[in-house]
Amino acid sequence: MSVAASTLERSLVRSRRRAEIGLGLHVLLFVAGAYVLLALAEGPTLPPDLPLFAGFIAGLYVVLHLAIRRFAPLADPTLVPLMAVLNGIGFVTISRIDIARETNFARIQSTWVLVGVAVFVAVLALIREIATLERMQYTIGLAGIAFLLLPLAPPPIGRTINGARIWAKLGPISFQPGEIAKVLLVAFFAAYLVDKRELLTRGSRRVGRLHLPDPKHLGPLLLVWGVSIVVMVAEKDLGSSLLLFSVFATMLYMATNRSSYLLGGFALFGVGAWIAFHTFGHVQTRVDIWIDPWSDPQGKGYQIIQSWFALAAGGLGGSGLGLGAPDKVPYAETDFVFSAIGEELGYLGAVAVIATLLLLVGSALRVAVDSRRPFNRLFTAGLAVILGVQSFIIIGGVIRLIPLTGITLPFVSYGGSSLIANFAIVALLVRASDEAARRRLRA
Amino acid sequence: MNTPAHADSAIPIRRVGVGIIVLMGLLIAQLTYIQLGQAERLNANPGNIRIVLNDFARSRGEILTADGEIIARSVPSDDEYKFQREYPDGALYAHITGYQSLRYGTTGIERTYDDVLLGKRFTIGFDDIDDLLSDDDPQGNVVLALQSTAQIAARDQLAGKRGSVVVLDVRTGGVVAMYSNPTFDPNTIALHDPNAAEEFFDAYVADPANPMRSRAYRERFSPGSTFKIVTAGVGIDAGVTRPDQRYPELEELPLPLTDRTLSNFGGSECGGSLAASFRDSCNTTFGQIGLDLEEQFPVGVENWGINEGTPAIDLSPGMVESLGPERGSFKTEAPLFAQAGIGQGPVTLSPMALAMISQCVANAGRMMVPQFMAAIEDRDGSTVETASPRVWRQCTNAATASAITTMMIDAVANGTGTRAQIPGITVAGKTGTAQQPEGPPHAWFTGFAPAQDPRYAIAVIVERGGDLGDDATGGRVAAPIAREVLAALLSGGPA
Repeated sequence: MSVAASTLERSLVRSRRRAEIGLGLHVLLFVAGAYVLLALAEGPTLPPDLPLFAGFIAGLYVVLHLAIRRFAPLADPTLVPLMAVLNGIGFVTISRIDIARETNFARIQSTWVLVGVAVFVAVLALIREIATLERMQYTIGLAGIAFLLLPLAPPPIGRTINGARIWAKLGPISFQPGEIAKVLLVAFFAAYLVDKRELLTRGSRRVGRLHLPDPKHLGPLLLVWGVSIVVMVAEKDLGSSLLLFSVFATMLYMATNRSSYLLGGFALFGVGAWIAFHTFGHVQTRVDIWIDPWSDPQGKGYQIIQSWFALAAGGLGGSGLGLGAPDKVPYAETDFVFSAIGEELGYLGAVAVIATLLLLVGSALRVAVDSRRPFNRLFTAGLAVILGVQSFIIIGGVIRLIPLTGITLPFVSYGGSSLIANFAIVALLVRASDEAARRRLRA
Repeated sequence: MNTPAHADSAIPIRRVGVGIIVLMGLLIAQLTYIQLGQAERLNANPGNIRIVLNDFARSRGEILTADGEIIARSVPSDDEYKFQREYPDGALYAHITGYQSLRYGTTGIERTYDDVLLGKRFTIGFDDIDDLLSDDDPQGNVVLALQSTAQIAARDQLAGKRGSVVVLDVRTGGVVAMYSNPTFDPNTIALHDPNAAEEFFDAYVADPANPMRSRAYRERFSPGSTFKIVTAGVGIDAGVTRPDQRYPELEELPLPLTDRTLSNFGGSECGGSLAASFRDSCNTTFGQIGLDLEEQFPVGVENWGINEGTPAIDLSPGMVESLGPERGSFKTEAPLFAQAGIGQGPVTLSPMALAMISQCVANAGRMMVPQFMAAIEDRDGSTVETASPRVWRQCTNAATASAITTMMIDAVANGTGTRAQIPGITVAGKTGTAQQPEGPPHAWFTGFAPAQDPRYAIAVIVERGGDLGDDATGGRVAAPIAREVLAALLSGGPA
């Protein structure tokens, strides 16, 4: 490395890490401010645990920051602040629901945030090169499938909660293996697609104007894909199967730059959805509710109508933190967390959350574009699509843009598995971003 | 893995980025539709628990009478709504306070001053910083123009009778008393248990007397001879009569276009000057004035608020319209004009509307909009708003009002209304005995006192003659009630 390059690197590290700290202060002010407002809605006293709360956020943020300085100093400075602000809004909203329902989810969530930060640091410390994942692609693919299948294992491992069989219990810990599986599967698909993309792009057979690839190249992909979809349908986890479907179709498109894959993917999805609609009662119910929740406002349409009431009550500016009734929406701390935000922070707050998610996806996609190695590029783009599409599916579901399928809103919803998986995703993005910047500097 | 870098185009990734922007844009579009476009409709949806929560899970302000009786208040409750609305006097003020019910919504003052009671008016709650940071909800209190003494007197006087009493403040139009029997207990409708509330509600609805409907301002009756105030006023203003104008002494007045006649009360011979006819309530004279007025009659009564819609009162639901002879109908319906002259036939109005007529005479021809609210207080009890009197219409001029007042004083001093006399106070008034197609007549009295410096205008109706049945007259049944209520206000006790 030349002296000039080393000077350039040092200054880039300094500016990026300073930006990260500066943005972190904003996050701290914003989240602590929201926490104070929430307490003021109850009475004229500051929350007694405010120093603890602010210290907790600041401490964890500093840990993240130091881990990045140590392990990925050139990483994009916007990823962690965006993650932190979403997580902060989510935490305050969960606390708010706790107050109304006299539950204790926020405390548990704070433990999960702690674990998430640990996982973040561990991922950065252990995975020093994204290529490691590429080399382990088949191990990762198998692990992904294994995680996916875990909830279907007989009790006491597999467990059905709220009609969906997406939980697994290993020892004392209950978790949703699907959250981890989706990251592993994206890695596997990225590696596989990078290997075979030439073959997939060129196509060895011609049908009319279409070039179709040799089935032996597409086969394994379709197999894993099909298994994951079937498994998720068996687990009645429609949101996750829709998510995986979209992510893989998009990755196939990004790997080959052939929109016919995208169109074919969605055509396939359409057929699958049609079959599911006519085969599974719960799919039909979801669609019926989506089309007309008002025909059964006290029964099947209850959740979505309560969600709309909450959003409408928020209006433009929101009721103010602690001043609405978001606890009247079922699952307000998990699936419907966005409705709670829409009620108390209003249209402006809800749009701000969407914009923040979009910025995070944008930062992730920039990492992909900046990456030189094809695997890094496709893998990070896949992670970006996960974040974007997952957000779309759940927000779209609770505002009745699309049929409701219960999945978490990344970083915002209550839930340990989802939080840990998403922290890992951002850690991987940070790793890839550091790699991309380093390669650029050295090029 | 020897693919050259240029083959890994960024274009599909950028396109995917654009795709995600589009998806997020769709979310925002849908949010715009819900939170900005449909919000009003959704917020008003009866199934929206927030309506109930917003209004019930907060303490509401008190409703008080002008003399400081608390007639509606919120007390802590053990259920999820935190507060129970309570009406300490039960049925006494039911038609005014209305109720706040989970099952049936709000009515009355509870409805019209909902924003004040909940502290949603900006002048309340933000007047000092303490309110902003306080635990208490910054609700306001509504102080009514009602005097509990008058209201209680009205209730006692109407006990066992179907009827109404309305007292208005002559200068301001403030509603000093408004009671009608039968009534209901708003505490029963305000019960949080929807089944219990429904049981009471259904029972009230099933009662043919309809106790939840205020007869004082929501029902119309023939006013009978009390309407001669209006007939005289319209006649004098139109120049077809004056107090000293002579009328023949008749037993009955032949009606045009028909072989029917209009007879005096009890078939007696009655007449003389307009003033004497007013004092003795001669139907023949006032039937004649109705005929003499011809098309000027329907035009003239409009000044008195007949056929003219209703004033916007601060109570929900609002007043019923007063009806009278219609424009352009004299040619074909002349007998109705004679009947209208004595407050029968096409003329029907509410006791409130009749009280407004007396109020107008007492106020030199300015008919005020009845107002229930006198002042709004913040939760510390300091006044933040006082009612400003509003003129609804000019019913006549001061000279005519003065002439009518003279005749009304005479009617109480020497005529049909002697039972309304209060020692030491001059009362002006007019009785009415409105014959009904079947059964006993309605007994009426309207007037004001003190006559020289009027403060209170009153209207009393005892439907179907009360205890006296067929023998009832306005003078015998309604005038004494007016006396007791006015005495309670003016001399602090029964006359």
